[in-house]
Amino acid sequence: MDLQSQESILRLSEQHGKDNLVVLLGAPDAEAAEIAAETVVLGDPAYAGALAGVQLGLDVFHVLEDEVKTAIPDDVWEAQIGVMEDILDTDAVSSAVAGMRGKSQDSP
Amino acid sequence: METLENKLVIALGERDGVSGPAISACAEAAGAKVVFSATECFV
Repeated sequence: MDLQSQESILRLSEQHGKDNLVVLLGAPDAEAAEIAAETVVLGDPAYAGALAGVQLGLDVFHVLEDEVKTAIPDDVWEAQIGVMEDILDTDAVSSAVAGMRGKSQDSP
Repeated sequence: METLENKLVIALGERDGVSGPAISACAEAAGAKVVFSATECFV
């Protein structure tokens, strides 16, 4: 994840409280989705950015997950996501992010 | 997550996936407030 994004997320979590934030990802594959989710849950795995060693435990979803899709009006979903839902591997990215949410819940 | 209504959303899009503005538009339509949006690019 970009270093600038990590700094912004850290600042926003301090400003608004991590319980009030939801992260929505648009990663193209499971690996990228898992790394992005890991960064906002357990910290930057590359130990390069502001979130290195910072376990924010943020609520994180991929935008293609059913829980997100059902919250979005159909016409907006079709206009904004549309064909990407068919191109990307929805099941793979969903499982990758859900798995990382599980690790957050396992943390003390 | 029960709903996005009144949530503060961080939209982390990617160029080869779903972009930040597209995620933001969806979140706002669902009643959320977007506090950060980016479209990253891994090369």
